[in-house]
Amino acid sequence: MSTPLVQATDLAMTFDVSAPWLNRVLERKPRLLLHAVDGVSFAIERGKTLALVGESGCGKSTVARLLVGLHEPTRGQFRFDGLDAHAIYKTGHGLKLRRRIQMIFQDPYASLNPRWRVEDIIAEPLREHGLLSDNAAVRERVEALLYSVGLAAPDRIKYPHQFSGGQRQRISIARALATQPEFLVCDEPTSALDVSVQAQVLNIMKELQAELGLTYLFISHNLAVVRHVSDQVGVMYLGRLVELADKQVLFDHPRHPYTRMLLDAIPKMHDTGRARTPVQGEVPNPLNPPAGCAFNPRCPHANDRCRSERPVMLSSDTAHVACHAVEEQRL
Amino acid sequence: MSLLRVEHLVVEFPGRRGTLRALDDVSFDIAPGEILGVVGESGAGKSLTGAAIIGLLEPPGHVAGGAIHLDGQRIDKLPPEQMRKIRGRKIGAIFQDPLTSLNPLYSIGRMLVETIMTHLPVGAAEARQRAIQLLKDTGIPAAEERIDHYPHQFSGGMRQRVVIALALAAEPQLIVADEPTTALDVSIQAQIITLLQRLCKERGAAVMLITHDMGVIAETCDRVAVMYAGRIVEIGPVHEIINQPSHPYTRGLMACIPDMSRERDLLHQIDGAMPRLTAIPPGCAFNPRCEQVFERCRQDRPELLAAGATRAACWLHAQDGAAP
Repeated sequence: MSTPLVQATDLAMTFDVSAPWLNRVLERKPRLLLHAVDGVSFAIERGKTLALVGESGCGKSTVARLLVGLHEPTRGQFRFDGLDAHAIYKTGHGLKLRRRIQMIFQDPYASLNPRWRVEDIIAEPLREHGLLSDNAAVRERVEALLYSVGLAAPDRIKYPHQFSGGQRQRISIARALATQPEFLVCDEPTSALDVSVQAQVLNIMKELQAELGLTYLFISHNLAVVRHVSDQVGVMYLGRLVELADKQVLFDHPRHPYTRMLLDAIPKMHDTGRARTPVQGEVPNPLNPPAGCAFNPRCPHANDRCRSERPVMLSSDTAHVACHAVEEQRL
Repeated sequence: MSLLRVEHLVVEFPGRRGTLRALDDVSFDIAPGEILGVVGESGAGKSLTGAAIIGLLEPPGHVAGGAIHLDGQRIDKLPPEQMRKIRGRKIGAIFQDPLTSLNPLYSIGRMLVETIMTHLPVGAAEARQRAIQLLKDTGIPAAEERIDHYPHQFSGGMRQRVVIALALAAEPQLIVADEPTTALDVSIQAQIITLLQRLCKERGAAVMLITHDMGVIAETCDRVAVMYAGRIVEIGPVHEIINQPSHPYTRGLMACIPDMSRERDLLHQIDGAMPRLTAIPPGCAFNPRCEQVFERCRQDRPELLAAGATRAACWLHAQDGAAP
């Protein structure tokens, strides 16, 4: 087996959300640290898709921002194609690396500049990275990119408002593909779209992956979508990965109680009128996470050990699970 | 006897470049205690239908034709003062984003007490008691304390519970819930849907549940109306709509949804997009995207026709043998 294209080791991101210094001194407020991502490790083989799922606030988007270099991790390392990405981001070679890693954002209404024409939006990375400077060549490339995402060449002189949500998301995919990246970080790329349009965008993403050999990190809260696009799935809860497994294994034999809960929480389309059994409780405040396993207040299998000792990720041959109950074979 | 009857409802937006017809000939009814789901893509007119029923159409939008009857009374022509009394008392509303539908400057107790005292003949002390009971019914822990808290002190799921408590405060007969769980996580979504279902059943209230999430529709509703470009294209019992849809659009929509139980390489997709209101094609609005289109679809607009257990606005189900 070759080295994976993307390898994250013990990534962590802590945000300082303390009160201003003067308030801390006068009101004796303590420093307040928010552990948005706390020791996340995974690897993605070239041409594969890893999906990260979890509820809002679990740190999935922070992982995405770490990988593209929008944040610098407080701990851990992200190796891309064998290189230490965050060390390179800081040097003059950063631009070269960024060309190989691009991002697709959630909201196509917010991520495209409304005052720019589509051709300028898609050509920006080409010009910024100095890949093409000749106007005719840029135009040709923009047209080819539009074509590859199912839009027409004359669309290049239009403005974003002239497109529907699905078409806008295709424009942002075309922009991300402009620099011929190898790795795409997709942060909820279809959650702002209607289902019929979502199907179009997911199909395009799959076709492009097959055609260009792209590697995806796909972030979503929709497990049905994740099942459709991914090869591997990581489930996050409160900044940590609780389970990481191949798609088939995870969906057929979920191990971690939180994964099971998420799977149970999906409404089943074809058994109409059958109520779900809702799980009680909510995601705890990340500023004040519970001791031990973060999921213990909502977990039906929690015991004293879960309330005091934080479980570590244990690997079997098929899955990685961080759960005492699984380790003790109570589950 | 139906509780809500909407007949041939037309909503128009006059503008400088002509009038846009956003809802065109929409008819349906809801029986007491029934949950009717309304689905469709954004821009299909789901929320507009809800807004027309609550009487909160954003001007210059207005009801340009048809009628809305609630409990035997016609409500679409009522003066604003009388409509205000019906809103809250007879119709409760739940919107998508729980943070924007609560006043950040009022404690939730104040909002609840105000709503109860406006619509019901009770004193302040009793109203507060009722408010606490409502919060308990919606599953808010430590209701006696929480009643004096402000919206920002609640989490998203808890806020939506408060909004539900507010909508139910005056014991309305009809609840219009517009995307009540879209802003919430799946685990919270399950809690809120179960709660809404239980409370409405206990109180015998009818619900119009507007959503784009077919999963929510499947587990909650009795009947479903599917909307496309301002019209209902199919309406019928939930089981039939999901498992044997009759309209090609409904069929396409069902096939688009990634399914947990089946694995496919590529998802089914309906090419194109819903037409803009300014450019609705003649005949059936779905005809440019329809795989089974034939000549008649491009000329005549189909009405809702009986199609198995549902009714679908599609010429494939014409009884006069015109279908190919």
